[in-house]
Amino acid sequence: MASIYTLRNVSFRYESEWVLNGIDLTIDRGEVLGLIGPNGSGKTTLLKILGRHRKPETGGVWLESEDLARISLSTLARRVSMVPQELPVAFPYTVLEMVLMGRYPHMKGWAFESADDHRIARSAMERMGVDSFSDRLFTELSGGEKQRVIIARALAQQAEVLLLDEPATFLDLHHQAEIYRLLGELNRQDRMTVVVVLHDLTMASQLCHRLLLLNEGRVYRLGTPPEVLTEKVIEEVYHCRAVIDAHPTTGQPRVTVIPD
Amino acid sequence: MLTFRRWLFTLSLLLLIWIITVLICLLQGTEPITFSDAMRIIGARLSSKDTGAVDLSEDAVILLQIRLPRVLLAGLVGGTLAMVGVALQALLRNPLADPFVIGISSGTALGVVCFLLTGLNVSFLGMTALPLFGFLGGLATLSFLYGLSRVNGRIFVQTLLLGGVILNAMLSAVIMFITYMVDANKVMGIVYWLMGNLSSLDFKPLAVVTLYAAVGIAVLFKSARGLNLLALGDETAVTLGLDAERTKRIVFFASALLIGAVVSVSGLISFVGIMIPHVLRILIGPDHRLLLPASVLGGGIFLVAADTIARSLIAPTEIPVGVITALCGGPFFLFLLWRGRTRYSNP
Repeated sequence: MASIYTLRNVSFRYESEWVLNGIDLTIDRGEVLGLIGPNGSGKTTLLKILGRHRKPETGGVWLESEDLARISLSTLARRVSMVPQELPVAFPYTVLEMVLMGRYPHMKGWAFESADDHRIARSAMERMGVDSFSDRLFTELSGGEKQRVIIARALAQQAEVLLLDEPATFLDLHHQAEIYRLLGELNRQDRMTVVVVLHDLTMASQLCHRLLLLNEGRVYRLGTPPEVLTEKVIEEVYHCRAVIDAHPTTGQPRVTVIPD
Repeated sequence: MLTFRRWLFTLSLLLLIWIITVLICLLQGTEPITFSDAMRIIGARLSSKDTGAVDLSEDAVILLQIRLPRVLLAGLVGGTLAMVGVALQALLRNPLADPFVIGISSGTALGVVCFLLTGLNVSFLGMTALPLFGFLGGLATLSFLYGLSRVNGRIFVQTLLLGGVILNAMLSAVIMFITYMVDANKVMGIVYWLMGNLSSLDFKPLAVVTLYAAVGIAVLFKSARGLNLLALGDETAVTLGLDAERTKRIVFFASALLIGAVVSVSGLISFVGIMIPHVLRILIGPDHRLLLPASVLGGGIFLVAADTIARSLIAPTEIPVGVITALCGGPFFLFLLWRGRTRYSNP
C-alpha cells in the first residue's frame, strides 16, 4: 500500500520539555490508524504535527512526496481535514454556516458560496444526520450534535485525510457508537485515511487497522491491535493490570482493566 | 445563511437609512433649514459648473460649509470605529473587545498629542502627517499588547484584554500629565479634542482622513472571510486553509491605521466600536462579509445622530459627542457584562 504520510525523526518540545522524541512513522493511504497512550504521551501533539498546527523541532514530515512545511495552507486544507478536541466558537454561527466554512479552501477571494458549495455542504450534513437542524445555532447544540457538525465540516472540505482528536469524549454510548460507525463508513466507502486519537483501547482495537502506542513521546509499539495490545504492554505503559480477550463480535482484542 | 441577494438587500436598506439620517441631521441645528430650502441649495450647488458663483446666503453657508463636512465626518468616524470593533472582536474572539477598551485609541491619542505639542507642521506625501502620528501611536500600543499576550505563537486573549485595559489607563494618565504640564492656551484645544468632537473641520482634512481610512477599510473588507474563520480559533482557521498569523497581522495593522485616521480628527469617541457590532450581529448575523460593510453604515448612522443630538440638545452650547456616545454606550456595555456575567467569571 502506498504511504500518504512519512515522518522521519520528528521531535517537538513545549518550552524545555520534549513531548515527542524521534518519531519515525509511515501512514498508509486508506488505513485507520489509532494513536493511543497515557495522558501526556504526545498523542495530540503528534496529531497537531500531522495537521501542521505545530512545527517539528527536528526531523521532517512529508505528505506523499511533498514536504508538509512547504505546502500552501489552502492546498493542505484540500487534502487534510481535522476535527479538534476543543470547539471554541466566538459568535453564533448556524450549523449550515459552520459546514459551509469547510468550503473555504476551495473558494477564491471575496466570494459567496456557489450552488456547488451548497450541494456539497448539504450532502455532508445529510451524511452526518445534521441536515434536519441546519438553521439552528451551533453554540446551542449538544456535545454530540456539535461533534457531528464539525465532522460534516471536515467532509465538506473533501479532503482525503481525516484527523480526529478523541471524537467521542463526553458523548453518551449511542452517540459514541454513531461516531465510530461513521468513521468506519468514511474509511470503507470514501477511501478516506483516518488518523484518530483515542483513549478507549477496546474501541481503538475494533475501529483501527493499526495502532500506534506512544509512551513518553516515543513510539512504544506500532502494529495491528493484537500485536500492540497485550497484557504485558498495558502493564508496562499504563502501570495497571488488564485482561485481554477476544471481542465477542469482532474477534479483535478487548481490554478489561482490573482494579487493584 | 448569506446569499448575494440578502447581502445586497441588507446593505441597500442600510444605505437608504444612512442617507435619510444624513439628510435629516443636515436640517437640524441652531438654525433650522427646511427640506425644500436644503434641496434648492444642494441642487443649485450641484448644477452650477462655475465654482466662482457660490451661493453665499446664510443657509447655504451653514448647510454646505459647516454642517455637510461635519455630518460626513461623523458618518466616516462612526463607521470606522464600528468596523474596527467588529474586526477586533473576531480577532480576539471576545465580544467585549473594542479599540477604545483595549487602549488603541489612547495610544493613538498620545501619538497625536505629541505631534500637536511639537508644534511642527510635518507633512507626509503633501498632506498633514497628523493621522500618521496617530497611526504610529496606535500601532505601537497594539504591537506591545500582541507581544505581551503571545506565547509560542498563540495569543492569550484574556491577557490581551486585561493588558489593554491597564495600558489604556496608563496612556490616559500620560496624556493627562502632558496636558497638565503644557501651557494653558495650547491645552484647551487638546482637551476639547480629547473629549471627542467632530466640529470645526473643513473639507480638506476630511479628504485626508477619508483617504487614510479608505485604505484600511479596503484591507479589512478583503479579510472578511478570514475573520469568519478566525472566530473559530486559530487552529481551526489553519485547518480550513487560512494563514491565521498573517491574517491577524493584516487586521491589526489595518485597525491601527483606521483608528489613527479617525482619532486624530475626532478625538476619543467611545463605545461606538462595541455597541454597533453587537446590535448588528443580533440583527443580521455574524458573517463578516455582511457584518463589516453593514457596520460601516450602521456606525455612521449612529454617530451622525449622536453628533446631531450633541450640537442641538442645549444649543447654542455644544456637548462633546464623546459624552453622548459614552452615556449611551456605557449602560449598554454594562448590560452585556451583566447578561454574560457567568460566562466571563468562569472561563
